[in-house]
Amino acid sequence: MLEWHVSLRVFDKIYAAERLDSDDALELFHSDDLFGIGRAASSAAETRHDKKVYYTRNRHINPTNLCVNRCKFCAFSRSVGQDGAYAMTIDEILHTLAASASPFNELHIVGGLHPDWPFSYYLELISKIKLHHPHVQIKAFTAVEIDHFTKLSGLGLQGTLSKLKAHGLDMLPGGGAEIFNEGVRARLCPEKIHASRWLEIHEAAHNLGIKSNATMLYGHIETYEDRVEHLMALRQLQDSTGGFQAFIPLSYQPVDAVETTRYPSGIDDLKTIAISRLVLDNFPHIKAYWIMLGQKICQIALFFGATDIDGTVIEEKIAHSAGASSAPALTTAEMIHLITRAHKEAVQRNATYEEVQ
Amino acid sequence: MDGKLKQAARHLTETPLLELGQMADDCRVVLHPEHIVTFIVDRNINYTNVCVNKCSFCAFYKDEGSPEAYIIDEGVLMEKISETIALGGTQILIQGGLNPSLNIAYYSALLQKIKKMFTINIHGFSPPEIAYMASKAGLSIRETVITLKDAGLDSIPGGGAEILSDRVRQLISPRKINTATWLEVMKEAHLLGMRTTATMMFGTVETPQDIIAHLEAIWRLQGQTGGFTAFIPWTFQPGGSVLGREIIDSTGHATAVDYLRVLALSRIYLDNIKNIQASWVTQGIKTAQVALRFGANDFGSTMIEENVVKAAGVAFMVSKNDIIGAIKSTGFRPAQRDTYYNVLNYF
Repeated sequence: MLEWHVSLRVFDKIYAAERLDSDDALELFHSDDLFGIGRAASSAAETRHDKKVYYTRNRHINPTNLCVNRCKFCAFSRSVGQDGAYAMTIDEILHTLAASASPFNELHIVGGLHPDWPFSYYLELISKIKLHHPHVQIKAFTAVEIDHFTKLSGLGLQGTLSKLKAHGLDMLPGGGAEIFNEGVRARLCPEKIHASRWLEIHEAAHNLGIKSNATMLYGHIETYEDRVEHLMALRQLQDSTGGFQAFIPLSYQPVDAVETTRYPSGIDDLKTIAISRLVLDNFPHIKAYWIMLGQKICQIALFFGATDIDGTVIEEKIAHSAGASSAPALTTAEMIHLITRAHKEAVQRNATYEEVQ
Repeated sequence: MDGKLKQAARHLTETPLLELGQMADDCRVVLHPEHIVTFIVDRNINYTNVCVNKCSFCAFYKDEGSPEAYIIDEGVLMEKISETIALGGTQILIQGGLNPSLNIAYYSALLQKIKKMFTINIHGFSPPEIAYMASKAGLSIRETVITLKDAGLDSIPGGGAEILSDRVRQLISPRKINTATWLEVMKEAHLLGMRTTATMMFGTVETPQDIIAHLEAIWRLQGQTGGFTAFIPWTFQPGGSVLGREIIDSTGHATAVDYLRVLALSRIYLDNIKNIQASWVTQGIKTAQVALRFGANDFGSTMIEENVVKAAGVAFMVSKNDIIGAIKSTGFRPAQRDTYYNVLNYF
């Protein structure tokens, strides 16, 4: 239950530009001062990026939905032989990209943990994409997939990442983080890598000069304490590597397998974005991912500290499998409309946040 | 320009969104300090889609000869009402097109039959429908409202207001009743002791001044009669209509931010109307939840059936339990209400 109208001593810290601790962050989550929190986060965003809001022309490739994990919140994964299971060959993927009607400069590749594909499939996939699309940046493979690859390659974590980088991997996406708390993780996604492994993989990537994003899946069975713990772990790693570009809070979409039917309210979505902006003082960007939030909340989030709205996201399959009711893709014109109607400046970026236009 | 109007114009165009939201939220807390958000269980029954007004923003209307034209079968209508009551509904909203083959005798007979069979509030016939009945029957607005009231009409929905600016109405709905007639229907109803709502559809060709003129007209009439129970603003849904294509090609549709601004201004401006409804049907559940902090205190209806907005491509499927859950997760206490905003049940 929210505490109505508590006065927040934490605002003194925020406006004195002091770093927030776990208690401060918890106080913000428990507060109903939506406008005070929003204004503080908005001011933190403007300090960094003025009125700029970034978007990209990107497309997703989900090479397969076959997955050896069975995370309870996932409506995308299938077993071999199950209805709707698919696995794309490299040629099929190249063909899909070649046939793409709208231009893109960022490719987001994530998929299931295929039971049979060898490591060489992934290396060949990214090197061939780079060959045909040399100007496209490849943001591919969550830490969960990277961990899987280390078992396939036998090269260790650093060796596996180096090999991927040499073949054209530009960046890691932030998926698979879910909620770091091990108790929650054990209930939600017991087969998935532990939080410490997720962090270790991103640390190794950063040390090799591979930038990455970070996510948090919230609004299911976790507590506010779990959210704060998650943010603090990310901030700590970022202090030591500086390799994270964006934090992306992912609003949970209810699926039958998880023992809750609740999902975050629009107010919770906005507060979570704002509190992330305030706590993660060392992250360049907080992203409002419209696929999960819908474009309306995504636009409102620009007043709550978000400075990135992702992109056109052509062919997203994973969130839409879980019943995301957002449109299948947004046009560039539509994204610019949302940003300018919020009186912000739309800036097209590439995967590493260089301005394209 | 009057100071109040000037300030309202500033709110629509300049006041930072979160400041405006905070002001509206403060106004809401004064009027509704108990952290309760109400909703009604009702059914929207569109008795005909034939309409001679043919507004450019509408994706619902059909010509009389169209193969898709319909007038509801009376048996089907009664069945829908009985289902509504079974689902805990307390109201039916009956609205439709301006159909030349129907006359006031038809409506009176229909109302009488419903009242004979059921105990349910009939919220029906927006001002364009009532004015059309009046002109066809050669009756005054007042006589028409009396006839309908005597036949069983309880309250009147605020539809057809669109933007109460004749400049805008000429552009988007030239055949529809003008501002003065819309207000006259509501005034006569209020003077006869009936309660009504008021609406506003924005995001077409109106200017901020048109929106403010609309709020001012509603506020003035409310000052005279006190008959409005609630104000309900929503954004034009561009799907499927002639105007939709034009708007999308020129200025682009009204966004969530535009919605929250107008909603917040409505709460601030209409200090004599107690309730402001969030429109989850046009904004989606999550934005409607946010709207509860931008001035709204009511979640509208469970909309067991809704055809007009659906024709514009908007279909949010929700049940009573979804509405209760959506309100609860914002921290407010959900309460089912009747047409007159009396609380029937807390959840």
